[in-house]
Amino acid sequence: MATLTLNDIRKSFGSTTVLHGINLDIAEGEMVVIVGASGCGKSTLLRIAAGLETPTSGTVRIADRDVTELEPADRDIAMVFQNYALYPHMTVFDNMAYGLKIRGMTRDAIRQRVEEAAGLLGITPLLSRRPRELSGGQRQRVAMGRAIVREPKLFLFDEPLSNLDAKLRVQMRAEIRRLQRRLGVTSLFVTHDQVEAMTLGDRLVVMNQGRAAQIATPMEIFAKPADTYVAAFIGSPSMNLLRATLDDGGRSATLAAGGSVSFDEPRPGPAGQAVIIGIRPEHVTLGGELPVAIELVEPLGSETVLHGTLPSGEAMAVRVQGAAPVNGGSMPVSFTHSIHVFDAETGKRI
Amino acid sequence: MRKNVIFRGKLLPLLLLLPQLVITGLFFFWPAGQAIWSSMLREDAFGLSSNFVGLENFTDVILDPTWRAAAGTTAVFAFSVAILALSVALLLAVQADKAIRGSSLYKTLLIWPYAVAPAVAAVLWLFLFHPQIGLIGRALSTAQIAWDYRLNGGQAMLLVIVASAWKQVSYNFIFFLAGLQSIPKSVLEAAAIDGARPVRRFWTVVFPLLSPTSFFLLTVNLVYAFFDTFGVIHALTQGGPAKATETLIYKVYIDGVENLNLGSSAAQSVILMLIVIAMTVVQFRFIERKVHY
Amino acid sequence: MTDPALRASRARQRRSRWFAHGALLLGVLIFALPIWITLVGSTHDVNTIGRGDVPLWFGAHGIENYLAAWSRGSAALRNTRAVPAGTMLWNSMVMATLIAVGKITISILSAYAVVFFAFPGRMLFFWMIFITLMLPIEVRIIPTFQVMVDLHLTDSMAGLVIPVIASATATLLFRQFFLTIPDEYVEAAKIDGAGPLRFFRDVVLPLSRTNIAALFVILFIYGWNQYLWPLLIITDTSLETIVVGLSKMIGRGDAQNEWNAIMATAILALLPPVAVVVLMQRWFVKGLTETEK
Repeated sequence: MATLTLNDIRKSFGSTTVLHGINLDIAEGEMVVIVGASGCGKSTLLRIAAGLETPTSGTVRIADRDVTELEPADRDIAMVFQNYALYPHMTVFDNMAYGLKIRGMTRDAIRQRVEEAAGLLGITPLLSRRPRELSGGQRQRVAMGRAIVREPKLFLFDEPLSNLDAKLRVQMRAEIRRLQRRLGVTSLFVTHDQVEAMTLGDRLVVMNQGRAAQIATPMEIFAKPADTYVAAFIGSPSMNLLRATLDDGGRSATLAAGGSVSFDEPRPGPAGQAVIIGIRPEHVTLGGELPVAIELVEPLGSETVLHGTLPSGEAMAVRVQGAAPVNGGSMPVSFTHSIHVFDAETGKRI
Repeated sequence: MRKNVIFRGKLLPLLLLLPQLVITGLFFFWPAGQAIWSSMLREDAFGLSSNFVGLENFTDVILDPTWRAAAGTTAVFAFSVAILALSVALLLAVQADKAIRGSSLYKTLLIWPYAVAPAVAAVLWLFLFHPQIGLIGRALSTAQIAWDYRLNGGQAMLLVIVASAWKQVSYNFIFFLAGLQSIPKSVLEAAAIDGARPVRRFWTVVFPLLSPTSFFLLTVNLVYAFFDTFGVIHALTQGGPAKATETLIYKVYIDGVENLNLGSSAAQSVILMLIVIAMTVVQFRFIERKVHY
Repeated sequence: MTDPALRASRARQRRSRWFAHGALLLGVLIFALPIWITLVGSTHDVNTIGRGDVPLWFGAHGIENYLAAWSRGSAALRNTRAVPAGTMLWNSMVMATLIAVGKITISILSAYAVVFFAFPGRMLFFWMIFITLMLPIEVRIIPTFQVMVDLHLTDSMAGLVIPVIASATATLLFRQFFLTIPDEYVEAAKIDGAGPLRFFRDVVLPLSRTNIAALFVILFIYGWNQYLWPLLIITDTSLETIVVGLSKMIGRGDAQNEWNAIMATAILALLPPVAVVVLMQRWFVKGLTETEK
């Protein structure tokens, strides 16, 4: 068990820069999830932590030891790959034992460790099978097992759930979380799925184009997104982002769509400054002066999502409990609470 | 070209490459270089000294009527072998690809001639066409046909073509069958639904889709007929009668080994190299273009 | 009741099946005919064949003919020495095995270096190896022979084998296969702590098993069927290979030859490679279609 520190990690491939200086401290036993759209650099960051990729500059420290120049094998880490990377010609047992064998562990010790891990994951009956004889979920477990037997300082997960079907993914997600808690191993987990990120991480790193847009707990990221990218990325359906200008005194703003929104605390800025007002679909108040022309109604059972447009042409989503109040036409709404304000130019929260 | 994920190290890969490099260096590049160098030398009558003559050997070779005759023989021979072996193989492959009983047994019975050495294939056909001891040879004589491939150049040519093609059919058969099996069923079903009958389906859908395979095989067959058939000719006709079956590679051998005219033989080798390289380049370019559809 | 369209289509399908059987059967017969004549001929005494009475069924001299061929051999001309087929088979077996094993060994190592490492000159080496693809040994035969003379390797097994190994087909096949090994295996191995040699032994080699088997079949046959090179490099009859030896037995094809012994030798010469192809058909077809593409 150890800490992981990434200090100002930069990475360029030729003239394209994929990471623009990432700083991250992971505490002992903590699980941090890196989340972002594809191509944001999240996998590269994980691979740098693993030592599969060398950073252009910056340092990687595991348990306060500078490992930037070390080979993956010397970092005392374990990794679960997206396609599991199980050696197809080895049995489950041999797959799990391979790393221990290379490290010169005795036969008995290997057997004991593998059986213990297999028991923990419920794959004991599969030990003599080959990977191609296993289902997706079972392979996933074996990949986990291979990581666990090593008793590493650090677990690295590279989108390990993305090849599973939806139901299995939810199940394995919970299982990974339980195991990680139980073993208390410091973990770094990469995913593009925001639900996975929210449910798994002690903290999240939301990445956008090679930068860490926000590093915080899931609830903090949900409640106080640092910029419009994070605001739109986390939460489903996405937060509504509407153009507006700040009123004198910063206590309210005038929407491009018409009408005004007032804040519970004043925002700094001159009158007339362009801002973006963010409001989550579930925080929209029904009734008011803003008409939404409803175009699509999505009944989800316990709730309903309505999609439409404001008079300004901006898209608007509203989430209500139970059935839809209207089936089309126009629905008046207003924004009374849980309002986010962002600088229109920088996208930063104000 | 290589993996994105690689191992570090500079010495180890060089050590791993070393055996191949030494062998190709010693037994490929050195001789190939020698061939080019000696193609520009000429030895005196006693083989005591040699002097540099530039491209003279090449012009001599090209102007030499016997070389031209051999080139003509080679062209006739190679294209006959290729066309015969390809068309028979395609016919058989299309039949074997049908869902009929015993098709896998047919396949086994049709691919084994691949394993027969060209020289051995020649010997087998000799047993059939030998004028005195051959089954067909004697039958022809009985039918008042003057059959003796050892005296008649046309008959000799016919025999080496048949023996060479016989051996190559199974190779082509394997590739055509693989090509046929890689055509997606859905394409054929779509054509069937469009109303195309089997014969029409073959010419409008299957054959065009097979054309990369066919072209690849054409080159391979030509190269086979150029070089690998040396054994057939050497065992059956020794280039005769009266040089009627003397191909270019056979002439290289005769001039180099029996007449010891090394300069000319080397120049002929270099010309052959150029022909092979040209054919390979054409093949690569064609396949590259074809691959996209 | 029956719809005329249905009847017509059934009749068409039946015709197509009959045609398929007919064509395939004819193909099988044409392939088998020379072998049959040879096999049958090899069981008769020398006079039966010499007279030209081509037998179509087995005779009574099979065992003695094969024993004679195996241990004594036969010579075309009175002044050349007969080489027992047993010796020649052994030589061919050793040569073919060494060619297959040698080529696989050097190729898998060099392909591993080219695919899994980055080192200066990698592309140069790759192209050097690639160029050897274009030129079959027949083209550079005379200069290669001179190199062998300089290295004192004529009339030796090494001289017979090594130059044949100097080409890159196998390297390319392994390279192509290695490129399909997922990067994650390398990464997992790195995290497991396996170095390049260990990864080669524990992962790459076991994964390459079928490719190695397929290549072995192809190269064994390729080696067994070598003709021009052994003809040139071997003058010592104790190193004679069976394919060359067989063709030498025939000489100019005189009717006075010991045809029964020659036929027995021909059967012995084609039996091992044909057995390899038939027994390892699956690997052979895979190896063939994948090496060449």
